[in-house]
Amino acid sequence: MTPCSPLTTSRCAHPAPRRLAAALTLAATLSLAACGTAADPGTSSSDPRAGAATPAAVPSASPSNDAPAGTVTLESGWAKAGSGMTAVFGTVTNRSDQDLTITGGTSPSAGEVQVHTMAKQADGSMKMMQKKGGLSVPAGESVDLAPGGDHLMLLGLTGPLVNGDDVVLVMVTSRGDELAWTVPVRTFAGGEETYVPEDD
Amino acid sequence: MEGLDRRAVLRTGLLAGGAGAAAVAATHLALEANRAGVGSGAAAPTAVRPAVLPFRGSRQSGVVDAPQPFAAFVGLDLPEGATRLTCRRLMRVWTDDIERLMAARGPLTDLEPELAAVPSRLSVTVAVGPGFYAAAGLDAVRPSWLAPLPAFAVDRLNRDWPQTDVLLQIRADSPVSVAHAVRRLVVGAEPLAVQRWVQRGFREPLTDARPGMPFRNLFGQVDGTVQPATDGSDDPLIWLGADPATAGDGAEAARAPVPKGLAGGTSLVIRRIAMNLDTWDQIDRAGREHAIGRRLGSGAPLTGRVEADLPDLAATDDLGFPVIDPVSHVRRAMPTAPHERILRAPYSYDDPPAPGQRSNCGLVFVSFQADPVRQFVPIQQRLAEADLLNIWTTPLSSGVYAVLPGAQAGEDLGAALLD
Repeated sequence: MTPCSPLTTSRCAHPAPRRLAAALTLAATLSLAACGTAADPGTSSSDPRAGAATPAAVPSASPSNDAPAGTVTLESGWAKAGSGMTAVFGTVTNRSDQDLTITGGTSPSAGEVQVHTMAKQADGSMKMMQKKGGLSVPAGESVDLAPGGDHLMLLGLTGPLVNGDDVVLVMVTSRGDELAWTVPVRTFAGGEETYVPEDD
Repeated sequence: MEGLDRRAVLRTGLLAGGAGAAAVAATHLALEANRAGVGSGAAAPTAVRPAVLPFRGSRQSGVVDAPQPFAAFVGLDLPEGATRLTCRRLMRVWTDDIERLMAARGPLTDLEPELAAVPSRLSVTVAVGPGFYAAAGLDAVRPSWLAPLPAFAVDRLNRDWPQTDVLLQIRADSPVSVAHAVRRLVVGAEPLAVQRWVQRGFREPLTDARPGMPFRNLFGQVDGTVQPATDGSDDPLIWLGADPATAGDGAEAARAPVPKGLAGGTSLVIRRIAMNLDTWDQIDRAGREHAIGRRLGSGAPLTGRVEADLPDLAATDDLGFPVIDPVSHVRRAMPTAPHERILRAPYSYDDPPAPGQRSNCGLVFVSFQADPVRQFVPIQQRLAEADLLNIWTTPLSSGVYAVLPGAQAGEDLGAALLD
């Protein structure tokens, strides 16, 4: 096992992100997965349960406060139900001893996952836009993703996200680590921010 | 009042008389056998009441727990075209939301979690109606009792509170906790389920200084004296899939096959009973006690001294009239067989009256029992046929639900039913 970054503790002991994601549910445990791609669920998985897990058989929500040191978790994560594009919220906790920056990601349910923030415009209104430089989570600290603040944005949803379903994200850090998250989809009345796409 | 009621008593008493003799003997046996359980039901004293009730376990909270002072009952329907997947999604969402709420935390999408943060013995109990089974394609395993209750002669059912596909019973020590939980669970469930109605109720706070204080309805009547014991000994009368080895009177019920996915569940009957306080006000205390068959103060039968005393139905007064009227509420409600007992958890309501009206009061009658057709219907049938209290009461709604078993760790509510 050769760590491919200081953050990655056990490359081959982790299931590939997509499989791992299937094995996780509401708790949305974020795991530092192998530094390879998420595309092939077979190559790095040594956990026979990973691929067989079904939503009915896996543990339900419990906070990840007992997550082992060296991991990064998304606690109380959730995605807003909807179609077109939607947001993911929760609390990212970095229990490793390395600062990390989440720069973006992918999802089988969306064309792209971006890190977004809310910023005041010249006219005083709040508008949503991509967060330059990504989401920084210092070692040992937590960062909230909340309606009206920083959040993850799923763009180009492949279909509607329905209340009670799950959505899988694979986030990428500036070091190239992949973080597999599975979060529940929830009905939410807020989060109707105005989006300002930026090309820069 | 006496004249009026005497006539009613004599008239209905004759009707009731025939069935009486055989029933009375059985009743006395039943009550004797359950003397120990009298008064130990909903209002069971607890030394220290925990601020948080458990969510995880084989049975849901909110059934045998001493009823908290504030309650809301929310009837919801599944949307048109709902399937088993809809049901699973709904239970998935509620399982997580309820677990968080009962632990005094906000649900995932809660922007005001502070309203959940004060532990107030919140319990949220999820129950499903016949429409839930239909949507899930589970009609074949629907319990036979999960069907509309018989139409009772006294019923004046109002379309405002129909039977629904799903019911939430939300109870807490604080009305703020109830309001917040209702809001979050209803909004959070959309569009998997849509609210049809809400009924709110209250009862005296349980305090450690007055443990075991009985529930009094707005007539001042001590309500729910004869209850199955909640210490486990009467479990087969209350729970589905209870261990028959623990069974006394409920042994027979415990041996009945448990409907799929309901071991650890029960049934919930909810009936909204309007109480006419304006005409009740016209009756003196003696008349009220005559109608009830018990003393208002102590709850003791008119032939007894304390609440737990058994009514002496044979006792007569100087004129030869029965001391306990044959159509008094206590007489008509008495079990005629040991299994005719239900765990009552009623709440009073005192809602804003319609313009021009003085009051809008009553009772949200709620009872739990393993089999409502076997345990509840015979009692209600007798009360509908003859009960002096019917002069002042009018049932406005009538519903029956299957209370799902508890969710074990790692499991969603209804998992065993919806797998």
